[in-house]
Amino acid sequence: MTELLKLSGLTRQYPGVRANDDVSFSIGAGQVHALLGENGAGKSTLVKMIYGLEKPDAGTMQLRGAPYAPNNPQAARASGVAMVFQHFSLFEALNVAENVALGMENPPKMHALAQSIREVSDAYGLPLDPDRIVGDLSAGERQRVEIIRCLLQDPKLLIMDEPTSVLTPQEVEILFKTLRKLQSEGTSILYISHKLEEIRALCDGATILRLGKVVGECDPKVTTARDMAEMMVGQILHVPSREGGETGDVLLDVQGLDFAPANPFGTRLKNVSLRLRAGEVLGIGGVAGNGQDELLSVLSGEAKTGKGAITYCGQDISGLGPNARRKIGLLAAPEERLGHAAAPNMSLTENAVLTGNIRKKLSKNNFVNWKKTEAFARDIIQKFDVRTPGPASAARSLSGGNLQKFVIGREVLQDPTVLVVNQPTWGVDASAAAAIRQSLLDLAAKGAGVIVISQDLDELMEISDHFAALNEGKLTAPRVAKGLTVDEIGMMMGGAHDLEEVAP
Amino acid sequence: MIKFVKRPEPSKAWTIATPILAVILTMILGGILFALMGKDPFAAIRTIFWDPLFNDQFAAYSRPQLLVKAAPLILIAIGLSLGFKAGIWNIGAEGQYIMGALAGAAVGLAFYPTDAWWIFPLMVIAGGIGGFLWAMIPAILKTRFNTNEILVSLMLVYIAEQLLASAALSWLRNPEGNGFPGSRNLSQIPAMSNPELIAGTGTHWGVVAAFAAVVAAYVLINKHMLGFQIRLTGESPRAARFAGVKDKLLVLFCLGVAGALSGLAGLFEVTGPAGQISIDFGAGYGFTAIIVAFLGRLHPVGILLAGLLLALTFIGGELAQFMLGLPSASIQVFQGMLLMTLLGMDIFVNYRLMIVKKEAV
Repeated sequence: MTELLKLSGLTRQYPGVRANDDVSFSIGAGQVHALLGENGAGKSTLVKMIYGLEKPDAGTMQLRGAPYAPNNPQAARASGVAMVFQHFSLFEALNVAENVALGMENPPKMHALAQSIREVSDAYGLPLDPDRIVGDLSAGERQRVEIIRCLLQDPKLLIMDEPTSVLTPQEVEILFKTLRKLQSEGTSILYISHKLEEIRALCDGATILRLGKVVGECDPKVTTARDMAEMMVGQILHVPSREGGETGDVLLDVQGLDFAPANPFGTRLKNVSLRLRAGEVLGIGGVAGNGQDELLSVLSGEAKTGKGAITYCGQDISGLGPNARRKIGLLAAPEERLGHAAAPNMSLTENAVLTGNIRKKLSKNNFVNWKKTEAFARDIIQKFDVRTPGPASAARSLSGGNLQKFVIGREVLQDPTVLVVNQPTWGVDASAAAAIRQSLLDLAAKGAGVIVISQDLDELMEISDHFAALNEGKLTAPRVAKGLTVDEIGMMMGGAHDLEEVAP
Repeated sequence: MIKFVKRPEPSKAWTIATPILAVILTMILGGILFALMGKDPFAAIRTIFWDPLFNDQFAAYSRPQLLVKAAPLILIAIGLSLGFKAGIWNIGAEGQYIMGALAGAAVGLAFYPTDAWWIFPLMVIAGGIGGFLWAMIPAILKTRFNTNEILVSLMLVYIAEQLLASAALSWLRNPEGNGFPGSRNLSQIPAMSNPELIAGTGTHWGVVAAFAAVVAAYVLINKHMLGFQIRLTGESPRAARFAGVKDKLLVLFCLGVAGALSGLAGLFEVTGPAGQISIDFGAGYGFTAIIVAFLGRLHPVGILLAGLLLALTFIGGELAQFMLGLPSASIQVFQGMLLMTLLGMDIFVNYRLMIVKKEAV
């Protein structure tokens, strides 16, 4: 196999952190190469250097044997390097062809472009109509727009940053077919992902980064996911174990809940029903934007619903606000860490009183006991291994994963009867994610009910007793998680509601 | 190349150092300005910052003025700062100040010529309520109809000014005033006056109230759950809703407190330094207090210092005009410089300067 891109000794220093330290590896022509690593391992910095968004402090790159040092993304594209970002940069009000044209240096005439979009989308099995408005497209279709935009420039190397994080299993299959076809034509792909099973299915080689350094290379086809994960985190994984306690009384009962969010871009919840028993973990899957935020807000009490929609331990709590629900033991942890679950510029101590005030009795006559609050914050930091200089640090100074540990820890340590979490391990590295999952399982083992809303199906399969999926604001009937096949899950997430129901 | 790099956390040292550096920088820049105008820069700076307090000749007059001018600024700014912290923009403190003075004076004059100890306290309460009710108009419109409190509170200033004019010209006009506009002189009616409490210091009840407000605001913001909720709402409204903050109540509270404190400031002014309701009673304290609130970084102690500093430049500026013949425009430029440097230096709290090597293109 000939070498396409060779990196030698790439180093990039940021203030206070060496994001990449002497990184060397090479990608062969027609190879699908995985870049693996925890959050903060330096993957993003590395691909930014390859794509011309950052410049290395030391080290060199070679593309097809010639020195390669792009000053900007235009130069990188001119050399045949294209990138699909994790977050799309598309204009919702424009159609597909117009969006593609905006990303090109010299766009052809619109109808010619539409024609070539059709050709490329046919050739690579990416169904996409160039005349559709992007605002109407699903996340998977939007990603196709980005991919086609890259393919039209006939790249030699395609960089994909966590491409499957927004896709349903069926869409992942389509994407993989496309990538394999590209590979067969000689295009190299640099594939960044957390999802080890995907990498095993798709990639020919893998480079593993930890703390900015290359810690290993492997052939993912013959290496187990567990071994790769251990290389990534540098320690033996603590695999969560379900204690399998008997589930008990109904704690939370939602019947026929309809909810129209105040935000016009929100998703309307339609006739949502669920029942949560003591000791149960209910996993709710689905692609982001199908009502996850809204479901959390009606359960946490931030949004009010019609009378009688939500019953908690036999009491109608539809009219209660967040603090009244906390008082009786119903706690929640929203997805958005900065700005929703925590205030970015406030210290961890202040963020501890944000939800902990009532159950932890952190104030007396409404005067905050800052000593007690700080002790609570320290307790969270210590028990959940939050890495920070101390409770006086601002929430925004923590890395995403550490803040997530803090946010989940803050709720878990308040001993909830019911805990609702949205995306509990989003952006969290493998060992921290395992710790968070274990804490949720421990909570359920002690008799609490836990609802986990997540887009990570592996996570849901690992910890859920029952599984349901949200699709366009509708919730499927919960089914016993054990024994569900990937196809069945995909159909639930895709909105098939006529599946055989299994009573929870 | 010099670059600003965001600090991971706001720097505590710079928070304290920037105002001091800004004042020094203003003195240097102002000195250059005055020198270019052909005046002795050292004399000008000394006249503005030193003479009002320590000159043998004038200090006896100007020193009490410091507290007299600073007290209403501080009192109003403390109220405004609570709302500003929560993202509630009350721009109409001037109107609330006028309405407080009008309500208090009207209640007092209704009892004229009764001489009783309870009249002044009653006027104080009426003054607070007057400002409170005036602030409730934008507050209720905001919570009920989602109107913009900036516009409503600002418009109400002009209505209050018209009410003030009508009071001075007709319904509160002094019947023994030979037809001149303006009410009876409250400061000369013992039951209604707000006298200097300690001779030669300028301390009147308004000064006492201003200091009390500073302490109360400090305790509220730092120790009380409500103060935490105010900060949280300004910091991140969504997190505040998650924390169970009732945002409508908070709007009513913040506007109400600011209105009541502005009303009190108006009442203490009309019964003391101003003496009577007159057409030009509204001297702009309500607007200047917005600057004081931000100069003090919305922190009670900061507001106390900012109020005193601004009052000092007003008094010192007048003195410089009078003593050195500096044009009033140059004094305003100087005051503007002070504000600009203070706000400009603010960037160092959240950013630090870094010298980076120019990258090859």
